[in-house]
Amino acid sequence: MKRGNAAWSWFVMFVGILYFFLPLLATFVFSLKAKLGVLSFYSYEQTLSDPTFVYEFTYSLIWAVLTIIVGILLFVPTAYLIRLRVPQLRGVVEFVTLLPFVIPAIVLVFGLVRTFSHPPLLIVDSPAVLVAGYTVLSMPYMYRAIDTGLRSIDVRTLTEAAQSLGAGWGTILFRIILPNIRVAILSGSFLSFAIVMGEYILAQYLAKPAFAPYMAYQIQQQAYGPSAMAIISFALTWAAMGIIQLVGRGGEQAQLAGGH
Amino acid sequence: MTVLASEKRDAPIARPAQHKMSWAWVGVLPFFLFAFLFLLYPSSTIAVGSFQNSTTQAFTFKNIVALFTDRYILGAYWISIQISLVTSIGGGIFGFLLAYAAIRGGLPRFMRSSLMTFCGVASNFAGVPLAFAFITLLSPTGLLINWLRALGYNPYYHGFTLYTFTGLSIVYMYFQFPLMVLIIAPAIDGLRREWVEASENLGASTFQYWRFVALPILLPSILGTMILLFGNSFGAFATAQALTGGQINLVTIVIGAQLRGDVLGDPGLGYACCLGMVVVMAIAITGYTVLQRRTERWLR
Repeated sequence: MKRGNAAWSWFVMFVGILYFFLPLLATFVFSLKAKLGVLSFYSYEQTLSDPTFVYEFTYSLIWAVLTIIVGILLFVPTAYLIRLRVPQLRGVVEFVTLLPFVIPAIVLVFGLVRTFSHPPLLIVDSPAVLVAGYTVLSMPYMYRAIDTGLRSIDVRTLTEAAQSLGAGWGTILFRIILPNIRVAILSGSFLSFAIVMGEYILAQYLAKPAFAPYMAYQIQQQAYGPSAMAIISFALTWAAMGIIQLVGRGGEQAQLAGGH
Repeated sequence: MTVLASEKRDAPIARPAQHKMSWAWVGVLPFFLFAFLFLLYPSSTIAVGSFQNSTTQAFTFKNIVALFTDRYILGAYWISIQISLVTSIGGGIFGFLLAYAAIRGGLPRFMRSSLMTFCGVASNFAGVPLAFAFITLLSPTGLLINWLRALGYNPYYHGFTLYTFTGLSIVYMYFQFPLMVLIIAPAIDGLRREWVEASENLGASTFQYWRFVALPILLPSILGTMILLFGNSFGAFATAQALTGGQINLVTIVIGAQLRGDVLGDPGLGYACCLGMVVVMAIAITGYTVLQRRTERWLR
């Protein structure tokens, strides 16, 4: 049996690299061609100085930050209590947190629109529904990241030590537990960030300003602007994943996500 | 029994008092309230709506029957299933080869970590920007098409289009194979080097090693992940919508169009389409979980 024949490995890797980089290269080259005959960053200048772009992009940032805050406030206490006090609910909670895998975003938004556009729950226009939807989409990643973080520290001992020093529940959660799992929370947050910044379906159907629907609209309107936006979007994804790797050090599983 | 007894003696000191139990329940309440309001209740609306006559609200199987008889809906499911099959099998095979090449293919160490980073990015880089990236590459005036034309070959003269099945499959592969790499990597790590050495010592050929040792161990994991990829592409919407402008008849596109304006001519059919989708996804996730568990037995 022969081993160490790396030729086919190189070949497969070469094809993979081509597949990965060619679309990006094409987009980048295209984005430089906005001025006839010369390569320039004109499309980037145009895009970044366009007030509509700034407006939509800023809203996406706001949605992302709100989603992360809601996620932390909702999932940290829950995961903590499940681990420490009510382990009998673990199965139910894990089932619920994995449900978004089974319910595609388009189905979720269908349900949200149909549910909240009738009295008594006529709140479909509220930004709360959008942020809640984003929180649902990022829940499997955020919750799992937090739960993994809690597993790596001794929750019980920390809690009892804090209690015996007279700490209340708020102090324990936010001054003891939270700082101890900050790496896990950061990974979950940047993954949520990447999901929300690239997400198209929820904002589109709930009629809220956001980056991806704006870009989809611009694809129909002009050629060079969207290429600059695609590169910006790619850079954001790359940055988010890079930060996760940097703080997490090899948490490969933490990177699985998607908003296709 | 003695263990139990000592546990009982220690219990009051080690564990907080009983009445705090109720506070713990209150603490998890916001989570369940949130999940109920924005996940479970909307989902149940879909389930209920699927079995309801949309004008009279009466119970009916009509919508579910239409899923299997309405030619438009059946066609949409069929195309979604086809594209998911093609991209999950294709992406699965290519992703496996890539992961194996990087981990056990004799490549330098850094290739593995770079591949993992790329895959993390690529599996998250989807939707509208991805569609546009492929438009600049493979549209009739795209970069690669221009290169091929310069070489005297125009794929568009040979039946290729970016905006239909083939093109969409190529685009979907971009987020399919990286997901395969990320999920299958731990399984490949679990293949012990001793197993190769043991088969070598027993005189096995490379083919025999794969046929009788490696593949039987990896197969549940490979199949399971392919099923997950199937679900991943089955639920995809934004990429197809941005690429084809809603011209390709996928289930997700039909649901999106139904939500904008009642294209199916009956709100009940929209609910049933969603329900069918959730059922397919549930089967996919269950299949993945079951097969993954089978692999874990070996790779511990």
